[in-house]
Amino acid sequence: MRHALVLGIVAAAAAAAPWLQAAAQTPDPTAAEFDKFREIMEQDNPAELFEVKGEELWHARRGPKNESLERCDLGLGPGVVKGAYAQMPRYFADVDRVMDAEARIVHCMITLQGFSYAELAKQPFSSLTRTPDPVSIVTFVAAQSRGMKIAAPQNHPKERDAYEMGKAIFHYRAGAYDFSCASCHGVDDKRIRTQPLPNFTKPEQAIRAVQGWPGYRMTGGVMHSLQWRLNDCYRQQRFPEPGYASETLSALLTYVTVNANGHVYRGPGIKR
Amino acid sequence: MQQTRRSVIKAGGAAALLAAFGGALLRPGRALAAWNKSAFEAKSAVDAMRVLGMTNAEDSKAIEIRAPEIAENGAVVPIDITSNIPGTTSISVFIEKNPFPYTGTFDFSQGSLPYVHVRVKIGESSPVRVVATAGGKHYTTVKEVKVTIGGCGG
Amino acid sequence: MADPMKIRVTLQGDVADVRVLMAHPMETGQRKDAAGKLVPMHFIQTITAQISQAVARNPVFAFKVKGAKAGDKLSITWQDNAGDKRTDEVVIRAAS
Repeated sequence: MRHALVLGIVAAAAAAAPWLQAAAQTPDPTAAEFDKFREIMEQDNPAELFEVKGEELWHARRGPKNESLERCDLGLGPGVVKGAYAQMPRYFADVDRVMDAEARIVHCMITLQGFSYAELAKQPFSSLTRTPDPVSIVTFVAAQSRGMKIAAPQNHPKERDAYEMGKAIFHYRAGAYDFSCASCHGVDDKRIRTQPLPNFTKPEQAIRAVQGWPGYRMTGGVMHSLQWRLNDCYRQQRFPEPGYASETLSALLTYVTVNANGHVYRGPGIKR
Repeated sequence: MQQTRRSVIKAGGAAALLAAFGGALLRPGRALAAWNKSAFEAKSAVDAMRVLGMTNAEDSKAIEIRAPEIAENGAVVPIDITSNIPGTTSISVFIEKNPFPYTGTFDFSQGSLPYVHVRVKIGESSPVRVVATAGGKHYTTVKEVKVTIGGCGG
Repeated sequence: MADPMKIRVTLQGDVADVRVLMAHPMETGQRKDAAGKLVPMHFIQTITAQISQAVARNPVFAFKVKGAKAGDKLSITWQDNAGDKRTDEVVIRAAS
């Protein structure tokens, strides 16, 4: 009896996602058309407006300590921005943990400028009328890795742990739909309506997890980073909300970024 | 051909702006023309064209509209327009199914090629109509652009 | 003055390929804010052209200007329906 009950639940969970359709094996012409025009639009990308804003914020004296971020160490030494984004997430000894780019920027805003985590985490995502400072700053930082090969390190034991933890989190099923990241992104040839869902467990497709982020989202004309993207994935899976700039998200980003290592990062992009 | 990364220019107030080219498209200091409210508030392309005096526009294959067959997001649809009609002085754009179809007119005087790239909002799949004006006469062509909602923003 | 434009000019012979990215909300007047109130129309009306609120947010335009040469100054001005204005200029650089 128990076996039948378990099978019934698993079958119901599988049936709960009818909108996940297997795409045709041949390349999708609609997706190809979208990609072609995204490339055209990325040549004149409103993300650049936020790169400029982020650069201003990097150099401005702000916060209770009235300091700039110019001494922020993004992994390549204090103040070194060029190339840093392409080499994150990485381990930082001063906090004894692996951090992704936005988590590290938030850390610098707290320690160098005196902002509090609570105020930065309160409304960390862009709306039509407001772009939070970490989003503009991470857009600027990411732009300084434009054209560089993604090279998230796996030298430190905690970097390797973060990869394994990220992989486990990626495959962890929970929430009302019993989904994991892998439900959408762990198999080939899936799509949601007209958007193909890349398989992030495979290196040649994992690049699509990081390419074009931070991204200027055409819907609403707002700037979004990977912290937003992951939060929104969890919302769509009906999971509890992940902590902003948390270790969980750094681990997840370590997993997909390391899988994408070797690909060239094209800088902030345009998203739907 | 080297593409230079763009630079942000912060113009300081009333800095002296030199006319770049004789009679060119971008002539600083010229008063910007009054905005054509009745054309922009017309609820159909036909009405807008009537206000603009373009009702008898002649179909022409010499106007190229380059736009996606299917636009990923109707909020930002890139449109490239080139008029190969000699002496084109302006290009006008109408998105026929938008609540207010008339979207704009771009003027070209001597010194500018009759080419424009613009990114528009298209509310639902719609014909995009272009009118090129040359020698006081109007010519037109149309291209259908489908818009769709994508998936989950990845 | 409003936020700066980003102007990129590439010289191809004597034709200047001009691409402009403007920062502007381009509100249609049909959108509701979080409180459910309609956000008023706010859009660029005139550049070297007349346009409407149906042009995308943070507009991008491109033009081609003939007779251009290195050292020429190019200036672009916009004005919106709230009376706000912005002018930016660039000096055209030689093709490299």
